[in-house]
Amino acid sequence: MMCDICNKREATVHLTEIINDKVTKMHLCEACAKEKGEEMETHFGISDLLQGLADFGVPHEVKGKKNLKCAACGFMFSDFQKIGRLGCPKCYDSFAPQLVPLLKRIHGSDRHMGKLALKMEKGKQQPSRVQELQELKIKLQEAIAGEAFEEAVVIRDKIRQLENSLGQREDNENR
Amino acid sequence: MKIDNLLYKESEWLKGTGPKANTVISSRIRLARNVDGYNFFTTASPETKRKIFDDIQAAVKKCKTLKGASLLSMKEITELDRQFLVERHLMSLEHVAEPESKGLVLDDKEVVSIMINEEDHLRIQVLQSGFNLTEAWRIIDAIDNDLAERLRFAFSPRYGFLTACPTNTGTGLRGSVMLHLPALAMTNQLNSVFQAISKLGLTIRGLYGEGTEATGEFYQISNQVTLGYSETDLIDNIEKIISRIIGRENTTRASLLSKNKEEITDKVWRAMGTLRSARIITSNETITLLSTIRLGIDLAIIKEPDVKVLNELFILMQPAHLQKLEGKALSPQERDVKRAALIREKLKS
Ligand SMILES: [Zn+2]
Ligand SMILES: [Zn+2]
Repeated sequence: MMCDICNKREATVHLTEIINDKVTKMHLCEACAKEKGEEMETHFGISDLLQGLADFGVPHEVKGKKNLKCAACGFMFSDFQKIGRLGCPKCYDSFAPQLVPLLKRIHGSDRHMGKLALKMEKGKQQPSRVQELQELKIKLQEAIAGEAFEEAVVIRDKIRQLENSLGQREDNENR
Repeated sequence: MKIDNLLYKESEWLKGTGPKANTVISSRIRLARNVDGYNFFTTASPETKRKIFDDIQAAVKKCKTLKGASLLSMKEITELDRQFLVERHLMSLEHVAEPESKGLVLDDKEVVSIMINEEDHLRIQVLQSGFNLTEAWRIIDAIDNDLAERLRFAFSPRYGFLTACPTNTGTGLRGSVMLHLPALAMTNQLNSVFQAISKLGLTIRGLYGEGTEATGEFYQISNQVTLGYSETDLIDNIEKIISRIIGRENTTRASLLSKNKEEITDKVWRAMGTLRSARIITSNETITLLSTIRLGIDLAIIKEPDVKVLNELFILMQPAHLQKLEGKALSPQERDVKRAALIREKLKS
């Protein structure tokens, strides 16, 4: 697929925006995406930009913004917007693209610098692949936020690889 | 534990002996924790809530740091008793309603309290007299570690301790200091102080009174931010800022005394006169007058009563305390009469 703007390079950045229940898609090459970065951020909002690029891993419900749902507890993101409380600890991962900007706004940071849960300190085991995946997704968000789209694409590919190697099982659970 | 025993007992944090007790009533640290593998309280089923309660109860019993502490089941105590515990700053108002599966762990000195199944599965609190967040942190950190040996807390390396509300995530730590700032209030300096505070990641609220209008000039200052800093950095930040506020309050008190000695002396003695004579008194009037007396003691305008007595009166004059002292339910009018009698008794010269 060619870039919607320059029509010369391969489109690797895919944006999805839902306006009045209508899905609008944009396909751009990295160069054009970078150039349009700021404009897109204001137009689409960073979380939508993320959704377009991060077209994976996130539970499928995420795509239909209105039905954003935690796969672990079934809590809806819209409920969080109503009551200001999350459903379960896993909601933090399920709604990461929505929560990270919120955490940054509240705390000026999205990274824990305090004490560790004791059991984890003792365990000191290698981070699980799921954790690794989570870390990559965070890096991806940061790359996009910093408009480092080339880096973002590299990270995205790593995520895809890792997800493929994690197998179909989880994939099925999400459906 | 018999809750009634607390009525005649002096809480550790009310002794008025801690550092900077002339301006700081108490320091408090709270940690929010959740047990991994369960939904947060709001979305948990009644069955899950019971399981969480049982898990925590079992863990608490094994903790050395909580030896001798009592565990109260909210549904087994009356609503008046629950209100009473709120008035003693041992639990939140939110913990009073719908007592099913809610609990409170309490040590006999009223230093440590743990709410079970509040907004988060655990809300651990340590209270200290005066300006002493460091000691509060030392105590609560040990309890937290002790509990973590027996409970698996919901934790993510990235976001830290996971809480029902994202405003508490990370350290889950809220440090609060209860301050008495009458001189800054009299000289209209509070607004500029508050504006500066909000830029430094702290929040402030009046302890008594509605909305922005505080009664008695008591304020609680807490950290707003819980994520992105270590616990000790958060505490250092609060301590530094509060030290400056205390310094400013004290210099203002001194200059007030040198410039307006007559006016202040008059105000203090009038307050004492009213409190020693009144037959009917509302809690708002009481707070305002006790606040003036507190200032009078610090400025050595009067020698009695002891700060301890004042701190105690602030607690005892509240509705649930008055009703427990009387041993029966009282209407608001009856409470105003009972309150006045209690104050006269405590401030007898
Ligand atoms: Zn292009
Ligand atoms: Zn969830």
